[in-house]
Amino acid sequence: MTPKLNRWKRFADWDERPLRLDRFAAEDPANGFSAFSSPADPKPGIGIKDGRVVSLDGVLEHDYDMIDRFIARHHIDPEVAPEAMALDSATVARWLVDMNVPRETLVRLAHGMTPAKLAEVVSQLNALEIAFAYSKMRARKTPGNQAHVTNAKDDPLQLAADAATAVAFGFDEIETTMRVSRNAWSNAVACAVGGAVGRWGTLFQCSSEEAEELRIAMAGFTSYAETVSVYGTEKSFTDGDDTPWSKGFLAAAYASRGVKMRCTSGAGSELLMGFHEAKSLLYLEARCLCLQRGMGVQGTQNGGIDGAPLTATIPGGVRELMAENLIAVWLDLECASGNDARSTESEIRVGAKILPYLIAGSDLICSGMGSILKYDNSFNPSLINGEELEDYLVLQRDFEADGGLTPLPESRAIELRERAVEAISAVFEELGLTTPTEDMKSSVVYASGSDDTRSLMPRDVSFISEAIKERGITVIDVVKALAKRGFREEAENLLDVVKLRLSGDYLQTSAMIRNGRIVSAVNDPNDYLGPGSGYRVSEERRLQLNDIRDVLDQKEVLRSEALHEKDEARHIRYRNLGPAANGSAKDDVVIGISPAFGLKLYRTTAGHRLSEVLGAMLDAIRARGLKARVVRFRHTADTSFLGLSAARLAGSGIGIGIQAKGTAVIHQRDRQPHNNLELFSNAPITRLEHYRALGANAAAYALGEMPEPIVVPQRGEAMGSRHHARVALIYAIETGLTEAGAAPEEVDITLTGAKS
Amino acid sequence: MTHTRADYPLAETQPGAVTGKHGKALPEITLDAVLAGHVTMEDLRITPQALQAQADVARDVGRPTLALNFERGAELVEVPQDFIMQVYELLRPGRAKSKEELLEAAATMRDTYQAERIARFIEEAAETYAARGLFTFRF
Repeated sequence: MTPKLNRWKRFADWDERPLRLDRFAAEDPANGFSAFSSPADPKPGIGIKDGRVVSLDGVLEHDYDMIDRFIARHHIDPEVAPEAMALDSATVARWLVDMNVPRETLVRLAHGMTPAKLAEVVSQLNALEIAFAYSKMRARKTPGNQAHVTNAKDDPLQLAADAATAVAFGFDEIETTMRVSRNAWSNAVACAVGGAVGRWGTLFQCSSEEAEELRIAMAGFTSYAETVSVYGTEKSFTDGDDTPWSKGFLAAAYASRGVKMRCTSGAGSELLMGFHEAKSLLYLEARCLCLQRGMGVQGTQNGGIDGAPLTATIPGGVRELMAENLIAVWLDLECASGNDARSTESEIRVGAKILPYLIAGSDLICSGMGSILKYDNSFNPSLINGEELEDYLVLQRDFEADGGLTPLPESRAIELRERAVEAISAVFEELGLTTPTEDMKSSVVYASGSDDTRSLMPRDVSFISEAIKERGITVIDVVKALAKRGFREEAENLLDVVKLRLSGDYLQTSAMIRNGRIVSAVNDPNDYLGPGSGYRVSEERRLQLNDIRDVLDQKEVLRSEALHEKDEARHIRYRNLGPAANGSAKDDVVIGISPAFGLKLYRTTAGHRLSEVLGAMLDAIRARGLKARVVRFRHTADTSFLGLSAARLAGSGIGIGIQAKGTAVIHQRDRQPHNNLELFSNAPITRLEHYRALGANAAAYALGEMPEPIVVPQRGEAMGSRHHARVALIYAIETGLTEAGAAPEEVDITLTGAKS
Repeated sequence: MTHTRADYPLAETQPGAVTGKHGKALPEITLDAVLAGHVTMEDLRITPQALQAQADVARDVGRPTLALNFERGAELVEVPQDFIMQVYELLRPGRAKSKEELLEAAATMRDTYQAERIARFIEEAAETYAARGLFTFRF
């Protein structure tokens, strides 16, 4: 007796999928595991007395914690609050997705809304509505993107090369950080130089300790800061070693140095830090965002960030990440919308996570897409990394959605990487910091990641970094060094980025540089009011997005067929013998070939020579003592009709139909066209042995036997995606040669014997 | 004069009026000027005037809190880096052991640097930290 199994094997299959590496958490509001609402969340409410906020979401002024205090004093507009708080939340939710209610109307109302009110409104929207509202409410019209540029060795040569590559892909911002914190200065110089190769205008930050980061900015190497974190509970905030006032002061300090800045917050951080107060993720994040608007920062990096993986373990967590991004843009903040820390091992969950942002657009769709390989990402792997960047380029093309990136030809990438490596090497030499060898340089230019390089190691880098800091080297020194060594264009580019801070234009909300000009929410405001308004992919941009590599067209198909033409001429000769006759002998089997078979097309989609395919079938039929004729049909190119027409000519009543691409059928005289004996539809995996077996089975049917049908084994390959573009182009060549009513032609085949 | 969104971006609408700390205007800051040694980091510093102009623009497009931050920033332009970092450090939790330390920093901001908004911001922090017991030892 067969022993009973204790599980359905499908579960064992599922156990092997990457998804099962993700660990999911149960909803548990008391322990902070709740995305949208928790019994501990306050009800929205406000008290205003003499222009002063005397109660906020049920807390009286006397009991305010420091976050309530800051929000009450700096975020809430007491003029707007009574009107905004009195509105029915469901009504406001409907306005968010109503294209006839302008963005400005909703932004003004948000100035008077408390965290609980904002959370209550967006909670009413489903995921699709949130994405749509996000698209309507984001501050700047044109979408953008940000890259991480780091590596496991803190190697400045690779940083420069990877920064240049990221710039060429079109990232509007690049962000670096270090494996070893003292290497910050070297990383900053390397990315600043690499980011100046090719074009100017990519903003750059070096995420490091607060005070150090500001010093690096003062030396002119970086142009923005992003990792000024805020938290939604008082205890998390103080454990983060800051307060709303210390962070607010830092915001003013960055402005005073002409350096762009945004804060960072996101669901899950309070939960990770152990001080969640049993509140929902969304409510806590709404507090963070109100704080940020109150501080007067132009923008936020939010949508989970470091807490995204934890948030994604909770029911509704991914929808929550979208909802908090919506609150950010509703509060009129620039939004670098997360899609940063890799929140799953499942590629399906990755694709699903990014899609709403790609089609809705965002100021910075990823607040760090890994432009480098996963293991080189010193922040931890991103949702999308160097490995998958090309998938993202294709998603842009699929949806005709501008994700901020542009395909980059390989030859151009190599050119830019060489230039960047030479530029940073020249700067280091000129400043007496180090002299990279030719081997170091070339190993970096062609490297996909730091495993492939023979370059500087973290310890070497520490000496360089500390020298830059100790000697007080500034961007002026680097600009001079570049120009002196012939990198004048890069020197100009770098200088232009530093000059941005003079006018402060790029301190305004959602500012980035496109084609050498400032584009921000001031001069490029999102004006979405329904179809035809807001951001649209222009025809020029559409062509850029479409321009991925290795695209097939008819010219390409004909070129590859032409390569095979000569080769086939050495293996087979087709000689037209005139109109084909009806066979009467019982041993007569007909192979019907398609119009372009051997005349314009020479190989099956599996790559077999048509001479070999034909030879295999003929041999197999003759091996059973039968006679095989080849007839070319020109009235049809369809396999079924080829097969049926062949069967009707055959004295045995059995025919084979075969197209040049290799699709074949065994047919019988009296059957309906699409009701054949055996069909071989998966030409790309049909091998010569299958064609031989096909011939043998045709012979068996002719002899009145009932053979076992041939199975061409398939393992679920996405045959269509792999082959159909080529198949359609090839088939068009066949159908182009058809002629209504054309008579069948008897063809004499001479196989000239040259074996492959 | 008050700036509006029509003046934005200042670097494009009035490049000659955008100057660094020493009065060098945007068009004068060229690569050749840098190579000739005529440009220092100080020439690449934003001025309180530029920040005020950006505050005007921000207010004009409905961003009053952003405008206030630019105005606080304008007050810090002349404040030395070391003192900025010192005050930032003092504002972090548990650094100041009493309200007085913060009030003293606020007074210096007000009296030495005419940073009135910043001074009030620090005083507000002092008041909050006292109310929330943030002057406690942390490390």
